[in-house]
Amino acid sequence: MRIIIFFLFVFQLLLSQQALGKDEFLEVIVLDPFLEMHTGPAAGYPVTHVIERNEKIKVLKRKTDWFKIRTKKNKEGWVHISELRQTLTLDGERTRFHEYGIEDFRKRKWEIGLMGGDFDGAASLTVFGNYYLTPTLSTELSFTQAIGNFSSSLMANARIAAHPFPEWRVSPFFALGGGIIDTSPKGTLVQTVDRQDPIAHVSLGADIYIKKRFIVRVEYNQYKVFTSRNDNEEVTEWKAGIVAFF
Amino acid sequence: MESRNRSLFLNTAFASIIGLLAAVSNPVCAAKPVELKNDQIIKPELKRRKIETADIDTEDYEVSLFGGALSIEDFGVNAVFGARIAYHITENFFAEFAVGSSEADKTSFEVLSGGLQLLVGDERDFTYYNVSVGYNLFAGESFFGKRAYNSDLYLIGGIGNTTFANDDHFTWNIGVGYRFIPKDWMAIHIDVRDHMFNSDLLGADKLIHNLELTVGFSFFF
Repeated sequence: MRIIIFFLFVFQLLLSQQALGKDEFLEVIVLDPFLEMHTGPAAGYPVTHVIERNEKIKVLKRKTDWFKIRTKKNKEGWVHISELRQTLTLDGERTRFHEYGIEDFRKRKWEIGLMGGDFDGAASLTVFGNYYLTPTLSTELSFTQAIGNFSSSLMANARIAAHPFPEWRVSPFFALGGGIIDTSPKGTLVQTVDRQDPIAHVSLGADIYIKKRFIVRVEYNQYKVFTSRNDNEEVTEWKAGIVAFF
Repeated sequence: MESRNRSLFLNTAFASIIGLLAAVSNPVCAAKPVELKNDQIIKPELKRRKIETADIDTEDYEVSLFGGALSIEDFGVNAVFGARIAYHITENFFAEFAVGSSEADKTSFEVLSGGLQLLVGDERDFTYYNVSVGYNLFAGESFFGKRAYNSDLYLIGGIGNTTFANDDHFTWNIGVGYRFIPKDWMAIHIDVRDHMFNSDLLGADKLIHNLELTVGFSFFF
């Protein structure tokens, strides 16, 4: 229910955004002999118009690497970034578009990510968010669901991670953290009660910069579950996933 | 610009030194100080316009609400509702997070046996979430009457969790979808998905298939 309310809120935001629509668009002048205009934002959509050299066009919006443009005759269509780079701004400079690169990776502040892996034999899914206090130090918050054959667990963890080589394309890190784990056995098994225990972990991993604003993260975690029984449990976890930074 | 600043600075400095020297060497001049009219030095009239290219409105996200039918293996075909949010990474690839909810009907065993119930109350709730990657296979136009509209046929697959009979099940999903795009900012989806997980609810552990057919509306932002 909460999720549905969230989506309704997003819709409302969308509608209000559209109502506010500005009319100040970037204008550029075509340098290439011609530009091809597609009907949609992908190479598969047919080309319906071409724009000749020296014509002035307006850039309305962007979807992935495609730009919606409007010609003087009010024809609208989509042009790829590689063609739009061959244009001049009204100041006579080459048009530049911001694209995420490795420099942004080195200066990243926020990350959100998703990982899948193996939590002591159970399939685990993790969502997490990170904030970099400095390029070498980050704070992280994560939620994990581990779905095993005999029980499933929900886990929330907070941790501090050190990234000693933030300038490397493959940047290793180690982290220390703690949280809480809630384990509930499968319903088809004999009825046992749910358990909630504190948990602490150390981890070792690496961020591998891929392209644009995407990173692949692999990590190994060693958990210690402080159970109410006599012995504490030790659990190992492997996981890998995709991270987007902002 | 820098060199102009520098020459301006040098000119000013030079003029000040001359003025100072003149004042020192000729006390008569000191009464009438040399007037330096800095504002008469030609200033550039054109200001460079800074255009922030980042201001171009990007529409890489897509949110949608959907409804349809979900066949829960052994538990009949039931209504399903949910929501999805997708991020378009490239023109071909997109990542999607989806949630859905349904309620299982009775198995044929329960119907035939009369009052017997395998699941009671909220155990019949079937809710899932998943994260998937989609690939736009056929971007092109669909003709509706004489008008052409953009459309995509995509393949999608991913992992997630399904809560059914109060148990969590690690779930794989694969499917195919059709995106009909009448406007740049909205689309209509028709999706067929198979949500697969292992279940021992009816005795032996087996992989069960839950086929889903949905129709949805989406908005790009």
